[in-house]
Amino acid sequence: MYLSLRGLSHSYGTTEVLSDISLTVPSGQIVCLVGPSGCGKSTLLRMVGGLERPDRGEVLQVGAPPEGCLNPLTFVFQDFALLPWRTVEGNIRVVLEDHRIRRERAKEIVADVLARTRLTDFARALPRQLSGGMKQRVAIARALAVNPAVMLMDEPLSALDAQTRELLMDDLVSLWSREPFTALYVTHNLSEAVRLGHQVVVLSRRPGRIREIVQIDTPLAERGLGNPELERHQKHLWEVMRDEARAADEELLDD
Amino acid sequence: MTEVTMPEKSRAVPFRGGGFRPRPVRFVGLGVFVVLIALVEWGTRAGWISALTLPRPSDVLATFGELYRSGALWEHLSVSLVRLSVGSAIGVSAGVGIGILIGLFSLIRAGLVPLVAALFPIPKIALLPLFVIWFGIDEGSKYALIALGTFTPTVVATYGAVDNVDRTLIRMGQSFGLSWLSIVRKIVLPGAMPGILSGLRISLAIGIILLVAAEMLGATHGVGSYILQAGSLYDLERLFAGVTILSVLGVTVSGLIGLVEKRVLNWRA
Repeated sequence: MYLSLRGLSHSYGTTEVLSDISLTVPSGQIVCLVGPSGCGKSTLLRMVGGLERPDRGEVLQVGAPPEGCLNPLTFVFQDFALLPWRTVEGNIRVVLEDHRIRRERAKEIVADVLARTRLTDFARALPRQLSGGMKQRVAIARALAVNPAVMLMDEPLSALDAQTRELLMDDLVSLWSREPFTALYVTHNLSEAVRLGHQVVVLSRRPGRIREIVQIDTPLAERGLGNPELERHQKHLWEVMRDEARAADEELLDD
Repeated sequence: MTEVTMPEKSRAVPFRGGGFRPRPVRFVGLGVFVVLIALVEWGTRAGWISALTLPRPSDVLATFGELYRSGALWEHLSVSLVRLSVGSAIGVSAGVGIGILIGLFSLIRAGLVPLVAALFPIPKIALLPLFVIWFGIDEGSKYALIALGTFTPTVVATYGAVDNVDRTLIRMGQSFGLSWLSIVRKIVLPGAMPGILSGLRISLAIGIILLVAAEMLGATHGVGSYILQAGSLYDLERLFAGVTILSVLGVTVSGLIGLVEKRVLNWRA
């Protein structure tokens, strides 16, 4: 299954935030969405996930979701969105409980995703006992549990410190290498975009339009720190974005 | 490390942090009680507090002992406890139910919030004669009074608590396709629980106040009527024995809620 966005536009009152966005998220690839702050990239992601209604245009799911998929479009949020009163295990179980899954099967799924995110030893911990990086790994495990067709990742690493971010990027790369998943990944961090994206889509500032789509062919596993190819891409992306980012930074917030 | 010679005169950086952080100090609360009571005991014995101003604490204790031995304590207390628990059970459950509905449905919120705001400031005791006509002079009117008195603060606390549930958690539930009922049961209710429980503390304290008020008007038994009788006879020992029962009742109720909080909210740090 893949996603096709066709002519998405949206306004809040009289301010147009997104204008005519058309984009394809191909199966098995990570598409990164970058842009200056306030360009509507998170709004776009929420529309793709059906949490917000666009004024014009549509989001199409093309083809059938994979077998055993419980929730085709699954979010990973910036602030983790873990239920503080449930353990790590319970936070994953909560998204399975509504699907009439047999108890043993649910246990298997939970054990599997915990193992894939290296959280098996922390199954009974409460979110408040975990570090930020671990919390986001729990959220990723929860997303994996419903076997999504497309993961919608809303700045998943932005709330974490730089070292944890590096570690989690490695985790995401190894997850993808073992079992390629499809993702639309919103970020404002260009190094994240060039590390994880098969395509990087640059949005302009408000109203958000697609400025450029950069294809990065280096396999994910080979994108280590200081790779000259990636540096070149990142430099290019920054050149495209710099003026937009400066203009966005100097805009008055009047809404 | 080698000693470094200071070129200028030097002094240590003075500490200016700290404070503004309450920490638990044990036995001080108990100590305040003991000192106050000892002071009154001494004053009444020495004579610089006259028997008309304050009763002697040891006499109050003796009265209390007599009350206990004669079985009258249990007679009054049991009636009062039944009234308090029935009345506040009705008020609190209706309050939590309606508070959740107000929190979840805009139409119900628009309709009921002004009504609750209108009911809240009414001194419920003023309505007792009305309740006597509606529900009878016996238990009915007392239940109604306590129920209404605990209802309004519970409603306000509950819908406030529902409003304060982290919206990102609700959005998470929706994004995973959880049913409406699941979102309410597994996200909204547990998220609102801290607010509901702290509202319960206030509601039950109001419940105790109203219990006594109701028992002062048309009751032959109960802690309130005991205090009223003692008061009209200027029997200060019995008056204070009655008031002590109420204080102990308040502390017990608050302690019980504390226990419930510890169990239900163990996920908080």
